[in-house]
Amino acid sequence: MKSLRFSRKQLGIPYALFLLIFVIFPLVLIILYAFTKVDPNGSFELSGVKVSFSLANFIDFFSKSSNIRVLFISLGLAVVTTVICLLIAYPLAYILARSNFNKNGVMLLLFVLPMWINFVLRTAAMKELLFAIGMYSSNKLSFVNTVIGMVYDYLPFVILPLYTVMIKLDKSLLEASADLGAKPASTFFRITLPLTVPGIVSAVTMVFLPTTTSYVVSDTLGNGNVTIIGKIIESQFSTMFDWHAGSAIAMVLLVVIFITMFITNKFTDDDNTQARGNGLW
Amino acid sequence: MEKVMSKQKIIEIKDVCKAYDDTLAVENVNLYVRKGEFITFLGPSGCGKTTTLRMIAGFELPTSGTIYLNGQDITNLPPHERPVNTVFQRYALFPHLNVYENIAYGLKLKRVKATYVDKKGRTVEKIEKLSKKEIDDKVSKALKIVDLEEFERRSVTTLSGGQQQRIAIARAIVNEPEILLLDEPLGALDLKMRKDMQLELKEMHKKLGITFIYVTHDQEEALTMSDTVVVMKDGKIQQIGTPQDIYNEPVNAFVADFIGESNIYSGTVVGDKKVRFINKVFDCVDEFEINEKVDVVVRPEDVKIVKEEKGKVSGVISSCIFKGVHYQMTMMVGRSEVVIQSTKGYEVGTKVSIDIAPQDIHIMHKEFVSNVYDGYITKDNKVWFADGEFECDVTQLYEGSHLDDEGYLITQDGEQIDLNGVDVKVEVGLKDIEIIDNDTDGDACGSIISIVYKGDHYQIIIRTDDEEEDFVCDTEYVWNENDRVSVKIPKDKIKLKLKTEDKK
Repeated sequence: MKSLRFSRKQLGIPYALFLLIFVIFPLVLIILYAFTKVDPNGSFELSGVKVSFSLANFIDFFSKSSNIRVLFISLGLAVVTTVICLLIAYPLAYILARSNFNKNGVMLLLFVLPMWINFVLRTAAMKELLFAIGMYSSNKLSFVNTVIGMVYDYLPFVILPLYTVMIKLDKSLLEASADLGAKPASTFFRITLPLTVPGIVSAVTMVFLPTTTSYVVSDTLGNGNVTIIGKIIESQFSTMFDWHAGSAIAMVLLVVIFITMFITNKFTDDDNTQARGNGLW
Repeated sequence: MEKVMSKQKIIEIKDVCKAYDDTLAVENVNLYVRKGEFITFLGPSGCGKTTTLRMIAGFELPTSGTIYLNGQDITNLPPHERPVNTVFQRYALFPHLNVYENIAYGLKLKRVKATYVDKKGRTVEKIEKLSKKEIDDKVSKALKIVDLEEFERRSVTTLSGGQQQRIAIARAIVNEPEILLLDEPLGALDLKMRKDMQLELKEMHKKLGITFIYVTHDQEEALTMSDTVVVMKDGKIQQIGTPQDIYNEPVNAFVADFIGESNIYSGTVVGDKKVRFINKVFDCVDEFEINEKVDVVVRPEDVKIVKEEKGKVSGVISSCIFKGVHYQMTMMVGRSEVVIQSTKGYEVGTKVSIDIAPQDIHIMHKEFVSNVYDGYITKDNKVWFADGEFECDVTQLYEGSHLDDEGYLITQDGEQIDLNGVDVKVEVGLKDIEIIDNDTDGDACGSIISIVYKGDHYQIIIRTDDEEEDFVCDTEYVWNENDRVSVKIPKDKIKLKLKTEDKK
């Protein structure tokens, strides 16, 4: 019997096909929709409607001050959420990775467990909780409530990558640092922090983008006062049925995310040239 | 040539114990290290050598006891305040820093007192950092010592094992510590590199003049490099001495076995400077009490092959391996093995005679807690040792095994084993031997050669007639010397162990 043998190239074909169908093709469609508009005299057809190339969708988006405001609120929300998540998760991951506290991984499991419960359900539960303590009713606290919900939902995504790098951190490096005369605080800033940057970068990547778009949280907890860019995209697609405008906003968001990640990366680039997570760039 | 050693004790460890949960890693260690000395902690893994080093470095705190540095108690001082630096087993170089930054790490943290004269002519003391130039100078000096000039800008992750090792040493010595601690630093290097680094470290020690405390499990490394060797086992110090002392005068069988190759036998002192082992009486130089059970150690290179009429013992060569400088041969004397090193090789099967000079027979006290014999299993699944055939439980040789109807042993996995003629180590407790007042009812017989009153019982030694093996037994009843007796041992009191490690 002739044995089946595949070259590496052949084995890659299914993945290439997958990428083509589910990544490249949709992306091309989005770009196509973003740069066209409905025009009866249009040169070609997109899903049965005559369209022509145009920048009108972008001009429309940027000419409305409310849109710009939403963009900034989204980014603000993402930054605040990411920072708070890091502030909570970093010490926590450090404790979990370092001490006997988490001997069987039970503690870590408890922190990650909420991730396994439906996202919408969790957010609804958070709403009830905030309502019960009276925070939900106050319109002034809508932004705060949204942040609380976002942090609650995305915390596990920050803990996990941080925990993974910290558990791999060689304890003898910390001992070497102390041995060479560094006080514990100094060891932290000179050794622990720089070596856990890859974890921070992947944590930021995991949280920043979703928080700009997961309008379920802002819809549920924002009491109608917090609109984020994800919500606008959604309404363009499902309420206004304007796929062209929706695609254009999605493109804007994509570019903004690209820029932010590029900055984050530059910020950490100097020490970690081949660190994990950086391969993305 | 004897090196003149400073008398000053730089480190003194007093009654130090370290327990992890329930296990004692280090038990009552007492030792001191002289200034400028190269001292090595030597022992098998898990003997507590690394733990002791880590307590000196400050990474572990002793459970009890005190550590003094220059006479000052540093037991609870955190590592960053101790004037010692460590070279770690796996180097522990900081991967995010380059070679220069790694070495400069300690220097950048250092604060020195500087004295200034201010405008009004007063002297002012300031605590300040080292200047960039000072750090640069020191780093390049350290790199020069480890022979890696021009490597400053390289990333440590691109270096080879040997180079990383050198950087780790440079990083430690650049801080000019009073003591350099080295935790198996050469363990990850290949043999050739290790040999080179041994000599270089020794050279470095001479040049720098600081105290080196070195941890290794490699006895050759310890002997090559050290001024003093501390041999440890199970958290206890076995022997402290110069390499020569440790090699030539080991205090017990463990040290003898650990340091170099050796033949170790259980022997009995049979007269003034006379010891009996492998069934022959040899002259020796150490004086011990008559009838005392001792460990006898003979180095393979001290066993001389001689003409038959001049030899003490004859035997047959059972293996011969060429080792480069010499041949290593095993000779069988009855059921005992003698390892011999000689520049002349003999073919397997040759009958040879050997002699051992009295000064080459090292005799050590043995902590006597049970009778130990070399025996073998007979065809009835009994065990033969000490001139007698005893009933025993052979299933204890393999865990979970049982005997089938034909007397074969069936192991846990269902494998059938014929035990006939298998060599075993037999252990019998002192209290488990029953003495019978005639020489026919027991399994082995002999005469009582000594009776010693031990406070609440008598310790009796019975010597068998043919092979002159001894039974040492504790009993409440008094017997007379020269009584003819026989011994019986309950089946379940005979402990058997396979001599697998001796099998060829």
